[in-house]
Amino acid sequence: MSVAFFIIALLTLLSAVAAMTLRNLIHCALALAFTFAGLAAAYLQLGAQFVGFVQLLVYVGAVAILIVFAVLLTRGREPATQGIFSPKWPVGAAVALGVFGTLAGLLLSSRVLHHEAAAIAQAPVRQIGEQLMTHYIVPLEVLGVLLTAALIGAVILAMHERESDSPPPSKT
Amino acid sequence: MTLTEGMDQVFVLLKHWLVGLAGPHWQPLLSDLISVAALIATFATLFAVTTLLERKGLGRMQNRFGPNRVGPCGVLQPLADGVKALIKEDIVPSGADKVMHFFAPLVLVVPVFLALAVIPVGRNMAALDLDSGVLFFFAVGAATELSVFMAGWSSRNKYSLLGAMRAVAQMISYEVPLILSAIAVIMIAGSLSTVEIVKAQAGYSGVIPHWYVLTPWGFAAFILFMIAAMAESNRAPFDLPEGESEIIAGYYTEYSGFKFALFFLGEYVGMFAVSGMAVTLFLGGWHAPFSFLTWVPSWLWFFAKLIALICVFIWVRGTLPRLRLDQLMNFAWKFMLPMALLDMLAAGLWHFIPAVSARWLVCSALVLGAYAMLARGLIQGRKVAKRTYQYAE
Repeated sequence: MSVAFFIIALLTLLSAVAAMTLRNLIHCALALAFTFAGLAAAYLQLGAQFVGFVQLLVYVGAVAILIVFAVLLTRGREPATQGIFSPKWPVGAAVALGVFGTLAGLLLSSRVLHHEAAAIAQAPVRQIGEQLMTHYIVPLEVLGVLLTAALIGAVILAMHERESDSPPPSKT
Repeated sequence: MTLTEGMDQVFVLLKHWLVGLAGPHWQPLLSDLISVAALIATFATLFAVTTLLERKGLGRMQNRFGPNRVGPCGVLQPLADGVKALIKEDIVPSGADKVMHFFAPLVLVVPVFLALAVIPVGRNMAALDLDSGVLFFFAVGAATELSVFMAGWSSRNKYSLLGAMRAVAQMISYEVPLILSAIAVIMIAGSLSTVEIVKAQAGYSGVIPHWYVLTPWGFAAFILFMIAAMAESNRAPFDLPEGESEIIAGYYTEYSGFKFALFFLGEYVGMFAVSGMAVTLFLGGWHAPFSFLTWVPSWLWFFAKLIALICVFIWVRGTLPRLRLDQLMNFAWKFMLPMALLDMLAAGLWHFIPAVSARWLVCSALVLGAYAMLARGLIQGRKVAKRTYQYAE
């Protein structure tokens, strides 16, 4: 635990809280982007270079932008006037606590913690790639198929809406 | 050490000497600081030179002089521009989101300078030799999209918002072929490190270098990379986000004074970064173009190639008209993306076919065939006839 870790953790947590509590949705989305960047910094600080950079590329570069776009295209720009917490917040808190408890319990009981941290050498990108292409090829392919299915589904949804909502374009 | 070697390593030796002056405790910090200062100074100077080059070059293409009042032949114009930007009033719209309006230029300038850090500008002259350097380059580049969005949204101006939406849509679309065309090189070089990629392009057959641009898949990937790079840096013919005849200046509309200058700087340094990456990936980095020219210092070759690519950017800007939004998106998704994917296939075949002539034949056929088919498919059902002008002729 170093000073750098505490600074990164503090900034990440603060921006996560900001993402939940700010009134303006765009501000929330940008605070969330900052949280993603903070997580990437935490990965880098742990020596996981590849994961850190991919986190930055995917979450800050694509997911945050998509969130911002979705907010812009669906909502008015006026900040919400009523309270920002939904009345059912205790349910949400219970679910969050349950997930946290399960994860923490699993982590504490797993073998990972009892191993001596023998070699935390940085895994070179080449090794990660080789493992992904040989040992973990089935999960990788399954994920690929899943994402492709999601992509095709999204396209079909968009196509369907256009056909039913607007008259077919006249052929000139 | 011979004189040519000394000239080649002059900046490295200078840095070692400077670092050696400090106590052992301060040496790592001093080394980093010197690299950062050198990067910022070099590329900020290059920015000043490029603005002049661009205005002069565009002027020449458009049959006018360009700047010629400040200093001999106008060479001091960048200095005058800098002073002007510094002493101009900084206007912030009253409805603007002031914090985001302030931070947007910074979110642009910091990542583009960070991206420069992994580019080897000469032998032993990469400021940051990362195991996954290319990934780092694209990862920090992702933040520039957020900056554009912040600028457009925080200005509270319709034109700004429209410009930002166009810019973000364009940057996301063209980031895909940009990265995919780089992947072909990564597959062949077998490394994500920029230094390793440059090393993989060393050596000569006769006088011809082993650059990736001189292979069929490499040539196609280079062209795709350069087109996507032009779109990523929002330059003509991809300058819809700031199309002045449609939406004033896009997301820059409400920026003035030094904040605008920062945006300008960020855009140009982004162009240098992505051109530097093109030089690293395809044009052999700092290697000499012919085997009999290896005595010229390596950093000179890098900057010569960089400036050559910048001249291409300026030339294209002066030549081509702006694309329409649907043309832009069609081009990205229906031409660039399949072309980049097929190019990756060609690179894979290149790796696995042992005979030299066979792999040249197969890869060239694949790339050319893909180009012909895609172009034909895109143009299908559209009548292309000679354009007639009512008044211009």
